[in-house]
Amino acid sequence: MALSEFPRLGFDPFVELRRMQSEMNRLFSGYSATAARDFPPINIWLGENSVVVTAELPGVTRDDVNLSLQEDVLTLAGKREPKSQEQNVSWQRRERAYGSFSRAVQLPFRVDPDKVQARFNNGILEIELQRLEADRPKKIEIRAA
Amino acid sequence: MAQEIRPVEQQTPATTEAGQRMPPRPVFLPPADIYETKESIVVLAEMPGVPSEGVDISLERRVLTIRGRSAANEHGGYQRVYNEYADGDYERVFTLSENIDRDRIEATLKDGVLQLVLPKAEAAKARRIELKAS
Repeated sequence: MALSEFPRLGFDPFVELRRMQSEMNRLFSGYSATAARDFPPINIWLGENSVVVTAELPGVTRDDVNLSLQEDVLTLAGKREPKSQEQNVSWQRRERAYGSFSRAVQLPFRVDPDKVQARFNNGILEIELQRLEADRPKKIEIRAA
Repeated sequence: MAQEIRPVEQQTPATTEAGQRMPPRPVFLPPADIYETKESIVVLAEMPGVPSEGVDISLERRVLTIRGRSAANEHGGYQRVYNEYADGDYERVFTLSENIDRDRIEATLKDGVLQLVLPKAEAAKARRIELKAS
């Protein structure tokens, strides 16, 4: 019997509760934070006058993604459908997530909506956006007095 | 009928064949869907960023190992300012509980998802046993 905090009673009424708690902790410890992450995960790369956004979208095709741009907010939306499966299959493991996703990304500057390039490569979506001409920093000359 | 035996969350890869030390890269556990039909076991593993030449699959007895090496994701002249995922390699090991017909294994990589179709060996398929009339 586990060490009791209630020596006079001779048994510990909470021993079972504590056992359950540690059992629960053990059960859920395997779940990493990845499940709660925003989907899709993105990386942002900044150039001099352009920005590249990459997103991990395995199993998503070009037709499943909608990209839209409003001012300096880029929105990635789409859905991932499970492939049409044969009937009578028994699942051993289902770890991949399916369903709709939408994600808005605030860009560091306003971009030219006509100069956006997007491509898919091995499940990674890469979007390159150019800074708006009018938004670029201007060099100001200082006149000699 | 596939069971994972060794979860590899992060580890430092060993030396390459040439014996050079590679810069340490994280090794990820690719999320996988596994289902079984009457004829085969199908494994779908997510490995974004891995080109088809970076995939390495091996089956030794009943231990199936999937490895993927993602291509270097460098953008010349660009600076990484925000990071949610890291480039790295993928590795996962499963044990299969049934015999697989090795000669008919099919592997395809599409949009960053590896699909493996492992046909069951004839002997492993369920057989119907008829009762003989006495």
